[in-house]
Amino acid sequence: MSFEISVTLPRGAGIRVDFAAPAGLTALFGPSGAGKTSLLDAVAGLLRPREGRIVAGGEVLFDSAAGIDLPPERRACGYVFQDNRLFPHRRVRDNLLYGWRLAPTARRWMTLDEAVAFLGIGHLLGRMPATLSGGGARRGGRAGARLGGRRSWLRAEPLSSLDAPGRGETMAVIGRIRDELRLPILYVSHDRAEVERLAGRIVAMGQERLAP
Amino acid sequence: MTLSPEEWGIVALSLKVSLVAILAALPIAFALAWVLARRRFPGKILLDALVHLPLVVPPVVTGWLLLIVFGTNGVVGRWLAETLGLTFMFRWTGAALAAAVMALPLMVRAMRLSLEAVDRRLEGAARTLGAGPWRTFATITLPLALPGVLAGMVLGFARSVGEFGATITFVSNIPGETRTLPLAIYSALQMPGAEAEVTRLALISVALSIVALVASEALARRSGYGRMGGQGAHVL
Repeated sequence: MSFEISVTLPRGAGIRVDFAAPAGLTALFGPSGAGKTSLLDAVAGLLRPREGRIVAGGEVLFDSAAGIDLPPERRACGYVFQDNRLFPHRRVRDNLLYGWRLAPTARRWMTLDEAVAFLGIGHLLGRMPATLSGGGARRGGRAGARLGGRRSWLRAEPLSSLDAPGRGETMAVIGRIRDELRLPILYVSHDRAEVERLAGRIVAMGQERLAP
Repeated sequence: MTLSPEEWGIVALSLKVSLVAILAALPIAFALAWVLARRRFPGKILLDALVHLPLVVPPVVTGWLLLIVFGTNGVVGRWLAETLGLTFMFRWTGAALAAAVMALPLMVRAMRLSLEAVDRRLEGAARTLGAGPWRTFATITLPLALPGVLAGMVLGFARSVGEFGATITFVSNIPGETRTLPLAIYSALQMPGAEAEVTRLALISVALSIVALVASEALARRSGYGRMGGQGAHVL
C-alpha cells in the first residue's frame, strides 16, 4: 500500500478521511472546501490531525494512538503547493537548490540542470521571484519541490489549471516518479476525466455534503 | 561650528549609552516580539501592555520604578550587584538601562510587525524541503524579518539618544557619567549666557535623530522584496 490514511482533520466540526491506496497515483477528488488541501498538509506534517493514523510508503508518519508525529523535514514529502511558494529573498537558482542541498545524496534523483531543462526555466535562474510572471513563478515552485530527495509526492496544484506544455511536462514527471522511483503520489484534481485516465485509485472527498 | 572637548565628551557619552542600551535590549526585544507575534498564551494582553508601558507612563514614573527595582536596595539591583558586580546608581550603566527600557516598546513593535509579516506558508515549504525548525528560522524567517529588526534597532537608538526623564530621575545629572545630550542641554539652559552651547547641542540632537529616522525608513522600504508584503515597519 502506498498510503493508509485514517484521520480526522481539524476543519470545522472535523473532516473524516479514511482510505488505503495501492502503489502509484491516488487522486483526491471533490469540491473545494472538502478538505483536499488540508489532507495534503496533514500528510506533509504541516497540519496536525485531531486524531488518526497516516502511513506513506510503509512508514508511519503520524499515529495519535502511538504518539508518533514526525516533523515535516523527516517526512520528506515532495509537496507541490497550489500557490507557488518561492522564497522572496532568494534568487530562483537558490530557491531550486534549497531542498536539493538538504537532501541526502543518495536520495537526490534529479540535478538542477535536468529540472531546469525539463521546465525550460534556464533564463530565470538569476532572477528574484518578485520579478517573475505568474507562469514562471509556478514552474519555479514546481522545480523546487522536485529537486529534493523525496519519499512520497503530494500535489495540490490541479493539472487542469496548467497550460498545455505545462501539463505535458508535468505528466512526464509524474510518470517518472510513479514508474522509475515507485514513489506514492497523492494529488488533487477537479477534473473527473483526468482522474479516471491517470489515477490508480480515486478518493472522493466531501461527497456526503453534495448528496441530497 | 566647533565643539569644546567637554561637548565632544557629552556626544561620545550619549552614543556609548545609546549603543550599549540597544545592544543589551536587542535579544530581549526580539524574544518579546517573537512571543507576541507567534505564541498564544493566557496573559498575552498583559505582557503586551507591560512592554508598551514606558511609552505611555510619564518617564519620571519609569525612572522612579527603575530606582525601586534596580536601585541599591532594589530586589534586582541588589542581586545584580552581588552576583555580577553590576551597579546602576549614578553611573552611565544606569543611563543605558533607562534608555533601554524606554526604547524597548519601539523595538518590540517594529520587530513584531516584521515577524507577523513573514508568510508562515514559506516556513512550511522550507520544512517539507527538509529544513528543521532552526534552519528554517535562520534561512527563511530571520532574513525576511531582518529589515524590520534593523529598523527597530535604529528607532530604539534614536529614542535612546533623546531619553531624558527616566534617566535624570534614575541616575541624576552627573557630568561625564550620566549627563547625556538632553541632560546637557537642560543644564545649559539653566545657566545664563550658554545659548550658543544649547544651540550646538540641540543641532547635534536633531541631526542624529534625522539620520536615524532616514536609516529606519530606508530599511523598512528594503523589506518589501518587490511585491511581497513588508508594510508595517514604516515610521515616516
